[in-house]
Amino acid sequence: MSERVGVYICHCGTNIAKTVDVEEVATWAGEQPNVVCSREYKFMCSSLGQDLIEEDIKEQGLTRVVVASCSPHMHEKTFRTACERGGLNPFLFEMANIREHDSWTTDDREAATQKAKALTNAAIERVVHHNPLEPLPVEINPNTLVVGGGIGGISAALELADAGHHVYLVEREPSIGGHMAQLDKTFPTLDCSACILTPKMVDVGQHPNITLLTWSEVEKLDGFLGNFTATIRKKARYVDEEHCTGCGICIEKCPFKVVDNVFEAGLGTRKVIYRPFPQAVPKYPVIDVENCVYFQRGKCKACQIFCPTEPNSIDFEQQDEMIQIEVGNIILATGYDLFDVSRIPQYGYGRLANVFTSIEFERMVNASGPTDGKIVMRDMESTPKNVAIVHCVGSRDENYHKYCSKVCCMYSLKFAHLIHERIPEAEVYNCYIDMRTPGKGYEEFYHRLLEEGTHFIRGKVADVSDVARTETEEGKLIVQVEDTLIGKQRRIPVDMVILSPAMEAKPDSKEVSQLFKMGCDFDGFFVERHPKLDPVATMTEGIFIAGACQGPKDVPDTVAQGAAAAARVAGLINRGTVMMEPVRASINQEACSGCRICNTMCPYNAIIFHEDRKVSEVLTALCQGCGTCVAACPSGVITGAHFTNDQVLSQIEGILWDVRVEQELVPGD
Amino acid sequence: MSKHFEPVIVGFLCNWCSYRAADLAGTARIHYAPNMRPIRVMCSGRVDPQFVLKALKDGADGVMIAGCHPGECHYVEGNIKALRRFLLLKRMLTQLGVEEERVQLVWASASEGIILAEAVDRMTEEVRDLGPLNWQENVLGRGNGHVVSIQVETELESEEV
Amino acid sequence: MTENGKPKLAMYWGASCGGCEISILNIHENILVVDEIFDVAFFPCIADFKVQHVKDYPDEYIDVCLFNGAIRTSENEEMAKLLRQKSKVLVAYGSCAYEGCIPALSNLTSKEATFNAVYLDNPSIDNPEGVLPQPVSNVPEGELEIPVFYNTVKSLGQVVEVDYFLPGCPPEPPQIWAVLQVVVAALTQGAPLPPAGSIIGAGTSAVCEECPLDKHEKTITRFYRPYEITPEPNLCLLEQGLVCMGPATRNGCGALCPQVGMGCRGCYGPPEGVIDQGAKMLSAIASVIGAGDPSMEEDDLEREIQAVVDTIPDPAGTFYRFSMAHSLLKRAQVNGGNGKGELS
Repeated sequence: MSERVGVYICHCGTNIAKTVDVEEVATWAGEQPNVVCSREYKFMCSSLGQDLIEEDIKEQGLTRVVVASCSPHMHEKTFRTACERGGLNPFLFEMANIREHDSWTTDDREAATQKAKALTNAAIERVVHHNPLEPLPVEINPNTLVVGGGIGGISAALELADAGHHVYLVEREPSIGGHMAQLDKTFPTLDCSACILTPKMVDVGQHPNITLLTWSEVEKLDGFLGNFTATIRKKARYVDEEHCTGCGICIEKCPFKVVDNVFEAGLGTRKVIYRPFPQAVPKYPVIDVENCVYFQRGKCKACQIFCPTEPNSIDFEQQDEMIQIEVGNIILATGYDLFDVSRIPQYGYGRLANVFTSIEFERMVNASGPTDGKIVMRDMESTPKNVAIVHCVGSRDENYHKYCSKVCCMYSLKFAHLIHERIPEAEVYNCYIDMRTPGKGYEEFYHRLLEEGTHFIRGKVADVSDVARTETEEGKLIVQVEDTLIGKQRRIPVDMVILSPAMEAKPDSKEVSQLFKMGCDFDGFFVERHPKLDPVATMTEGIFIAGACQGPKDVPDTVAQGAAAAARVAGLINRGTVMMEPVRASINQEACSGCRICNTMCPYNAIIFHEDRKVSEVLTALCQGCGTCVAACPSGVITGAHFTNDQVLSQIEGILWDVRVEQELVPGD
Repeated sequence: MSKHFEPVIVGFLCNWCSYRAADLAGTARIHYAPNMRPIRVMCSGRVDPQFVLKALKDGADGVMIAGCHPGECHYVEGNIKALRRFLLLKRMLTQLGVEEERVQLVWASASEGIILAEAVDRMTEEVRDLGPLNWQENVLGRGNGHVVSIQVETELESEEV
Repeated sequence: MTENGKPKLAMYWGASCGGCEISILNIHENILVVDEIFDVAFFPCIADFKVQHVKDYPDEYIDVCLFNGAIRTSENEEMAKLLRQKSKVLVAYGSCAYEGCIPALSNLTSKEATFNAVYLDNPSIDNPEGVLPQPVSNVPEGELEIPVFYNTVKSLGQVVEVDYFLPGCPPEPPQIWAVLQVVVAALTQGAPLPPAGSIIGAGTSAVCEECPLDKHEKTITRFYRPYEITPEPNLCLLEQGLVCMGPATRNGCGALCPQVGMGCRGCYGPPEGVIDQGAKMLSAIASVIGAGDPSMEEDDLEREIQAVVDTIPDPAGTFYRFSMAHSLLKRAQVNGGNGKGELS
């Protein structure tokens, strides 16, 4: 029984009809095999145009429909729905793009019409091989996993929790807060960072809808949209959370201090049993096993001895706990790291004592930091009389990162302001390439700094040296920079240099992205579904991203993305059931030979191998429909729904209508 | 009247990047050679070498496979598999006497309409210079002038060369 | 049927090595059963039949004709057509008749290059006048005709309608015997035959299904020629870098070659539903090349993958070893005028 194909050639006003002879194409299409009805119409996407399709399906008994018009990215959905209304399965439809790919690309009427025939014919030949497909219904588990407890993760978690949905917030460090907890003041309002952050942290800690898992990491993820199973390793704190009151006596009594390289950026110290910072959430301390005298040598135990709770809250026997949770969606807000400035040896970090990174300086100016907020040199005493702040360290640099890190100009200005405030007589030099201050109040902030007497030098710093050439340079750090606005090389003697490093993706972002079955780009940032229109979704359904892990950004943008991701998840939870596109692969297990070539083809781990039956299988719900395994299978037993071999091969035959030889020649002679 | 040879190139464009790049080229009214006839696949990784050979056999003068840049594949690394197949296929096509310029792999992201248009223009000219491939008539049908002397129920096409 | 009522059997060879004739003997004592049941109407390998005998037969006189060998010359083609006319059931026996097999590898070069190597430019040839075979030549006795040597090797099915295809180079004895039994049952008991055009005496899946070697996820960082390594006995050969065509080859042979450490060559042709064995194998092998990842620069990416691709010296000859005549392109385009069939 042959198919009854209806063909519709759209004029799209004059967009197509001006260049393609639509009447000619429609007449010609009507003569092709299987075509029972062929029309041309001014605007197929209009309600009248869609009605045409519906009516013809009913009255002419059409079994397939072809519309030759614009790009499927515009109206495939429109026409599929029209077919459905007419009683035809929406996948028994095919579009030919004769506008974006044809009429808009040439003035040559003859060539355009010829090409339109080819594309339309390809669609006609293909559609005959289409099969009716049904979307797969999938239930959405209302729980959500948020990975990362910085401001992005906190925003997302609170939005969802306040909306009444349960959230698991997993954070790798002992406390939530992320990098924002390390900051002193935030630009441009100069709000105290801790003051605006800690209330949110407390909200998270106390929220009935949030299960907070700190000092924990996700180790394994299985499943698909609406049905994920995550395995989380809750590392041992050696503190019993049920009984600990957070009194802090153990920390007080611990006799050993180590340099705090994480929170204090190496500038300050902490005890071996510690909370990362006083306002940590949760309040439970954690023991640093590598530096703990008990764990290394079996001695001390001061924390346990002095712990006042009954029973004792220090538990040296505590083990890591593996927790398995079931969630419907995941939001990744894993944040960023700073570029390692010692990679640029000419800036002298590590070699020259008074070269600081931005995060070290943040800790320094913080009133609860290692210097109580006093700006001092590396000797922890002397006050610098002049400071140079170097922008774009590792950013906008072909040798390191080509991108701009977005926030450094603003915080460099903030540093300049803080120095002016605390050391009024100090000279401050900001060495920049461009001043990037695009946000609300940002440009005004820059003007304020201009008025505060900051010296702005437009030039990329060449090096920082302690080799003096003149007497004035003795004992100083010399910043060598070309001042491009006056066209001169300058050597600026200063007491302190602050480097503003690039914002980088975390070093394990590739592993993390693979664990969560999504992609990361060259620089390690997670890949969004669409850079303009879909920045918080990823290519994997059910996995969302928010904040600096997607790309360098400041706090307002991070909060916005966290909320956006939460809104998307809330929408899915609200729907309860989601229909998944049926464009997926499936393996004919009867015919599968068990060669296992396909097993490494799937980036979503959707292909499994059954050891007992020695055949492979595609897990339909995980499959994203790329077709890579279909092309790889050497015995052709994997079918890619809606992109089968038969369909594409007939599309090729159709597209070559004017150059194909009717009767295939068996090699002559 | 001899017509100037217009190559026919079949293009396999991936839904997320190169197909959208072609859309963008059209939307921006960039005019380029109409010789590439696109076929949409979800990912360049779907392109089976059988498709390429089929197109060449069925009259195409060239085949273009277009996908996302490495690192940007919507499906993580389908384009890398496409590249691996393409490089091995290129080697085999050389053995089959198909000129290198006739089958090309192009990377174009969704915003690179111009890049795709330029690639089509360039490839069209390269294939034009090579002339028609005409696999059925030129390669398979080429006779060397034979005659069959036994009368059997058949028609043999004999072509004098 | 003839006067004595026995069904007629014919076996003929086109462009072949003679191995298929020998394979008939491989059914051992069952050959006596064959002899008992059938009358041999035409079998040049074993008895002195003449073409005229065949021409004199009525149409469809021969019940079963086993035609092996490819179509290389006009003689092969004429005989194919003749035997088709005179046979009820025509079986393309063996890979040559089924899909071209080794003779079809000559499609990668040209007739000129072949003649050049055989008759002219070759250390063991002394042909100062450059004499080449001609279809028609004048000799003192008159006009002498010899068959035309075709440019392109064809399979049997490309010149005549074939009823059944029995793949293999040669077909395996148990399969041959199974096929003969089916045919005999049909002739003597009226049992049904498979649908015309079927591939018989073989499975529908790939060799991997029958192969007992251990298979894992595959990532291959380089390929080896068979002489370069001694493979581990129980591990999949492809995983060890040997090009085994098993994944893209129809099963039915019992995976004999991989079991002795020799990669499958692909002689049973493509699995059910695959239109081009070589292209499919190429796709599969390239897909599992363990080189290049998305984070690399484009040039490095290409270079790394190319390095692995370069360890397969002859993709066309390896992947199309048996199926060249049935491939999509069927032959190579031969350019250049140096007569050696190389691209100039």
